[in-house]
Amino acid sequence: MEGGVAYENDLNLKETELRLGLPGTGSTIEKGVSGARNNKRPLPETREEGGANGKPDAQHDDQENAPAPKAQIVGWPPIRSYRKNSLQPKKAEAEAAAGMYVKVSMDGAPYLRKIDLTVYKGYPELLRALENMFKLTIGEYSEREGYKGSEYAPTYEDKDGDWMLVGDVPWDMFLSSCKKLRIIKGSEAIGLGCGA
Amino acid sequence: MITNKKPRSSDTDSNYMRDDRTEMSEDDDRSPPSDSIANGSCPTRTCTPGSGSGSGSSSIPEYSAPYPDRVLENVLENVLWFLTSRKDRNAASLVCRSWYRVEAMTRSDLFIGNCYAVSPERATSRFTRVRSVTLKGKPRFADFNLMPPNWGAHFAPWVSATAKAYPWLEKIHLKRMSVTDDDLALLAESFSGFKELVLVCCDGFGTSGLAAVASKCRQLKVLDLIESEVSDDEVDWIMCFPDTETCLESLIFDCVECLVDFDVLERLVVRSPSLKKLRLNRFVSIGQLYRLMVRAPQLTHLGTGSFSPSEDVAQGELELDYVSAFAACKSLVCLSGFREIVPDCLPAIYPVCANLTSLNFSYANISAEQLKPIISNCHKLQTFWVLDSICDEGLQAVATTCKELRELRVFPFDPREDIEGPVSEVGLQAISEGCRKLQSILYFCQRMTNAAVIAMSKNCPDLVIFRLCIMGRQRPDHVTGEPMDEGFGAIVMNCKKLTRLAVSGLLTDTAFAYIGKYGKIVRTLSVAFAGDSDMGLKYVLEGCPRLQKLEIRDSPFGDTALLSGLHHYYNMRFLWMSACRLSHQGCQQIAQALPHLVVEVIKHEDTVHMDDYADTLYMYRSLAGRRHDVPQFVSIL
Repeated sequence: MEGGVAYENDLNLKETELRLGLPGTGSTIEKGVSGARNNKRPLPETREEGGANGKPDAQHDDQENAPAPKAQIVGWPPIRSYRKNSLQPKKAEAEAAAGMYVKVSMDGAPYLRKIDLTVYKGYPELLRALENMFKLTIGEYSEREGYKGSEYAPTYEDKDGDWMLVGDVPWDMFLSSCKKLRIIKGSEAIGLGCGA
Repeated sequence: MITNKKPRSSDTDSNYMRDDRTEMSEDDDRSPPSDSIANGSCPTRTCTPGSGSGSGSSSIPEYSAPYPDRVLENVLENVLWFLTSRKDRNAASLVCRSWYRVEAMTRSDLFIGNCYAVSPERATSRFTRVRSVTLKGKPRFADFNLMPPNWGAHFAPWVSATAKAYPWLEKIHLKRMSVTDDDLALLAESFSGFKELVLVCCDGFGTSGLAAVASKCRQLKVLDLIESEVSDDEVDWIMCFPDTETCLESLIFDCVECLVDFDVLERLVVRSPSLKKLRLNRFVSIGQLYRLMVRAPQLTHLGTGSFSPSEDVAQGELELDYVSAFAACKSLVCLSGFREIVPDCLPAIYPVCANLTSLNFSYANISAEQLKPIISNCHKLQTFWVLDSICDEGLQAVATTCKELRELRVFPFDPREDIEGPVSEVGLQAISEGCRKLQSILYFCQRMTNAAVIAMSKNCPDLVIFRLCIMGRQRPDHVTGEPMDEGFGAIVMNCKKLTRLAVSGLLTDTAFAYIGKYGKIVRTLSVAFAGDSDMGLKYVLEGCPRLQKLEIRDSPFGDTALLSGLHHYYNMRFLWMSACRLSHQGCQQIAQALPHLVVEVIKHEDTVHMDDYADTLYMYRSLAGRRHDVPQFVSIL
């Protein structure tokens, strides 16, 4: 299997990688007798990382440079993530930081939910998702009137601990500052300034 | 765990007795032994007509004629999950109609080995008096990130169907299903007499869902969460159990990665006098464990939590008399946990060693020296899970003492490929010589030899499960440099009871020829980075009539090999092939030839592949046809 190129899809590191083999060799080397299709698959998350300092494949033994790290193959060895993470808990924490999970609560609902904000492309999608999740209508946002006309308003707690109305700031700014979401009953929303 | 099979009936009409029932897989990881009767997921109308009773050949028996229970039991066992030609099915169903009906009425344990093999509606309309449901969802390779998330196996349609059909339902066992908090809430609402919930390798829910179950299921005896992913919704679910005395017999939550309020937990234990099994998560310190043990000396199964002092150590914690606490647990037979073990605390468990039948040290990074004083007292040990940190030397100690050992699992502390491993053929050889009654082994290592594997095949004739994972891909015998063919060949040749096999190391088609030739009762086979050509897979598909579950990754098997199994796929629960050499056309051919097979081709976004190739093939027989919850990365051919 090839080296760490698996992690970088955009940069064609293989082209610039120093190696002693002839140009054109090494890119489709099949390992050993298996002849399996070279099925590089970059790891979905960083949690598989671990063994980046291993020795290179047999085919690369002719390299005298620092050996390319052997790519960790997805799902090999076959150990469940739970077990891997338990034995190396710090890694698990780092991995959990990827994605942007925020808690969503709603007044009157018994359960908290967690959603990944990075899944949504903008406010309309997010609001639709919230509507689906809690089975209610939030309605349209207007800068002047907030979510007037609907029973509920989505609010969020930002980095400073202030509760703001969702939709007040550009989406990207929202993504970077939102810590928690809370859907409140419309009457309480009056207190929240629009565009505050 | 090996479950006891019920005795087969005397039916021997071999045309119908093709043994392809979807039995509870007896060799599943940690599946709770099911008391379900044989298989449950065969709404096919095929029954065995060739039974001893004379009613088979006459006209359809009167429905009201009484059937002795024993006959019904035999019939239950022989309903086959076997999709034959339409003609055979029609003929058989005419003969057995009332048997079919009576059986459907008397089945109380519904087992469904593949949640997509049958629709919930169909299952619930056929079986009307079910009290316990077992469902399995994703294939095992999903555990290793080989399946993209959100593939399916949703519990939701099942919980809503069973909520309507079986309001008296008492038990639900799920494995590799996606379960949401809403599902759990519905469960809690719908089944007033609900007693037992077991979730193994499930995900999609959080402590909110657990809270619902705890608070509404007042008859709850068992709440077992095993290797499941539970999200932290900041709900104190332990607090949600009723304030009164509970019926709890088993509470297993070692996989729940959330803090629990210890005082609340302690009060729960105090008011659960029937509690026998308690497995704590790693947020419970050893001092807290002590308090619980003192409250519950009747425990038979204990998961010790972190087994280390809490971070802000109360001085008193270190001076507690742990030995006495353990000594007081006279019924303790199964010990696990040790999540963040401080080895100095280990001697506390000495008093219980002599009685232990099961010990799980697989999260405890301990050395051979630390293990020896413990293991040398464990004469009755039958199940032992451990980390390879104990080295070959530790395994030798196990072999010396644990003569009753039935199941051994050796996990790698550091699961990388290119390191010097602490266990090797030396440990395997030692175990084979000392533990002659061994039935099941899972062994991760970096180096192995054919000789050791051959030795095990001869020394341990009772082996039912042999799973060897040489972590470096395609590693040969490290002494002779030869492929590992002979070792695995010896296993299938000599271990006459073998039903589950996982192979690794450098393997040529010869290994598969052996498996095809000798592995006549093999039901589950796992293959990775092995074989030379299509012949390998052909040998297996043509040679193993009992094969039910075949999972293959990164092996050079292509369409020709795939097609060679057409005669057999209806007899299997599933076939998984990822990163092999299958093309879309090949998969399409299968789909066309076998209409009752659901052929899923799963695409991985980030794979470098040629468009023709099918990244991952997952196919399974089904009466439900293509499922309706297909995510966009799956195409069903």
